[in-house]
Amino acid sequence: MDQHVVLKNVSRIYPGGPGRRPVQALAPLDLDLQKGEFFAVVGPSGCGKSTLLEVIAGLAPVSEGTVTFEGMPVEGRVPTGVGVVFQEDASFPWLTVEDNIAFGLRRASMDKREVSQRVEHAVAFMGLKAFARAYPAQLSGGMRQRVCIARTLVLQPRLILLDEPFGALDQQTRLLMGDELLRLWRATKATVLLITHALDEAAMLADRVGVMSSRPGRFIDIVATGWPRDRDSLIVARPEFGQITGHLWSLLREESIKALQGDR
Amino acid sequence: MRTRRADGLILIGGLLLAWQAVFMLYGDLVITPPLETSRYAAHLLAQAFFWPHLEATAKAFAAGLAIASIGGLSLGLALGFHRLSGEVFEPILTALYSIPKVTLYPVILLIFGLGMSAKIAFGTIHGIVPVIIFTMDAVRNTKPVYLKVGRLFHLSVPSMARTILIPAALPEIFTGLRVGFSLTLIGTLIGEMFASLQGLGFLLMRAIGLYDVKMIMAITLLLVVFASGVNTVLLAIDRRLHHRTV
Amino acid sequence: MRLRINLLRLAVIVAAVLLVELLVRVGTISRVMLIPPSEMVLALFRLLASGRMTRDIALTLRNVGIALTFAIVLGFAGGVAVHALPRLRSILDPLFASYYAVPIFVFYPLFIVISGMGSLPLIIMGFLSAVIAMVINTLNGLDRVPAVFRKTGRVLQMGRFETVCLIILPAAAAHIFTGLKLAVAYAFIGVIAAEFILSGGGIGYEISFTYFAFDNNTMYALILLILVLVTAINMGLYAWERRVQTRVGRR
Repeated sequence: MDQHVVLKNVSRIYPGGPGRRPVQALAPLDLDLQKGEFFAVVGPSGCGKSTLLEVIAGLAPVSEGTVTFEGMPVEGRVPTGVGVVFQEDASFPWLTVEDNIAFGLRRASMDKREVSQRVEHAVAFMGLKAFARAYPAQLSGGMRQRVCIARTLVLQPRLILLDEPFGALDQQTRLLMGDELLRLWRATKATVLLITHALDEAAMLADRVGVMSSRPGRFIDIVATGWPRDRDSLIVARPEFGQITGHLWSLLREESIKALQGDR
Repeated sequence: MRTRRADGLILIGGLLLAWQAVFMLYGDLVITPPLETSRYAAHLLAQAFFWPHLEATAKAFAAGLAIASIGGLSLGLALGFHRLSGEVFEPILTALYSIPKVTLYPVILLIFGLGMSAKIAFGTIHGIVPVIIFTMDAVRNTKPVYLKVGRLFHLSVPSMARTILIPAALPEIFTGLRVGFSLTLIGTLIGEMFASLQGLGFLLMRAIGLYDVKMIMAITLLLVVFASGVNTVLLAIDRRLHHRTV
Repeated sequence: MRLRINLLRLAVIVAAVLLVELLVRVGTISRVMLIPPSEMVLALFRLLASGRMTRDIALTLRNVGIALTFAIVLGFAGGVAVHALPRLRSILDPLFASYYAVPIFVFYPLFIVISGMGSLPLIIMGFLSAVIAMVINTLNGLDRVPAVFRKTGRVLQMGRFETVCLIILPAAAAHIFTGLKLAVAYAFIGVIAAEFILSGGGIGYEISFTYFAFDNNTMYALILLILVLVTAINMGLYAWERRVQTRVGRR
């Protein structure tokens, strides 16, 4: 199994300004993502999870260290083959669901038939067929996130980064979306990095879970779940699930208290 | 939908009734009743002498609107994209918006003299400020996540502006243009009242001087119908654009 | 950062004024059109000191004050009333939407005939300009009171009047404040524009008079006076609003 994404000694410091001290979001940390694995990151709020994702995606620069994707360094721009699903709703309100999904492809000047083929496939895959011509304003939050995921999917990314994509959804919807995500992962054979604050979500979905400390964030531990590849949300019934979740919390509890006290 | 139309009819009906009531209270030395006014207005539109005036107003208004829109959009976009300038100029623009522009009137007259250019100038200064302010706010308030998506898709800056930023900002920009439209019209008319021997504003002033109540009412009716009619249409488009906003 | 922006803004304004000063003194802009800003300021001081305009200034301020008071009170009351009657609201809605698109000044002659010359038509114009802004913003403010706030009032066994005073008004305050700002601006615009076009005294009228009398110095002094007055009042309101907003956590 080769290493898909490698972070060595990476740190990120947000420069201060008048009246604001610089903030070190990421302590020097290392991370190796294996090709095709599902890796989740959990940590207390403010620990730098989102920063980590932005650094890997090339959306933010590092203050120290190197980030490599498929052997090439990542700096300043987003490498091809990387898809990102953000926490906020990023669907474009002025385009229909179909046009939203096709957006990235149209920019890449692809053959028209290929575009409509890929869009159709993504629409069907994400269960959006009935809403293809609707506008995002007419859809629920969960559906809009599916549009964002479909928009990423259509580019056939080899690395998919998700920043708390299901944060705004209720628990049942989240579990169902988790199933969708696993399906997506298996179908695309991509490497997936999921940022989440929900320990159970991480425990259920991931092959490995990285536990981050409070700010400045570094990895306290990486927990392997050992799940089979063809898993779904029903594994929450298994005893190992409870153990893993419990283990994650025992690692995280101290850090969370620290973060709470340091907040504001 | 039915109630909306019914409400619209009730409103118009109510206004007409109030109009008629004022006539009955004050008599025809003050005001002419709805029916007579409409007839006279229709009559005016058929008169040969009326059309050159209408044309003069239309030309001045169109020119003022063009300058206010294009100038306002360009400045608004520039100030929106360049954060610092936007922040520096915003209170200045808001202050300009609140000044009674009528007081600048003599200045405009002194600079442009009497005639068409003064009218256009007056219309423009009324309309350009809201266009700038709304456009600037629209660009500044673009959701940052849209820009990130643009970078994800490796869009060049002009491409990003064209396919993401401007469509995202369009609803607010349109509101600015709508407000600019109404204010430019008002400015042009006020300009005509003093700076010109042509145009509806001039006709109005002359009618006031001659105490020609019928003429005053007829021109007022035409202006009100035009202004509110166009505004209603623009509003409908405005609402449509905003409904698509999440 | 805030300081830097404020300084920059001040620099821009000073630079603009200096530029005009230079252009007039050098002759690029003819003195017939514009007098140098420095002379405008001098003329204003002299004017105020001489007391020639005191009566007109007082008159304008009085007219604006009366128009504004009525606009705020009736506008607010109107907004509250219309908010409570949804059917009435949907009937009046197009009127509110088109109000500021229509040139209201075309009704000036009508008002003169109904209320005669003098201050009344001026006050009416100021009132009409300002009142709808107050109504619209009151409606907006009341709309935006979250339902959960009203429910909290009921859970706490608060009476109707109490709920309005202690919960609804503070919650709607931001928008109502915006209405206030707009009402002030529009009242000034309405009164001064009316003074300019009609006669009846006041600063607006004096500007028109001095223009026709080729008395540029006094005219520009008066224009400067209005600019300074309106800007000062608006800046004051803006500063007050920021203070309130910071407390409420909206900035």
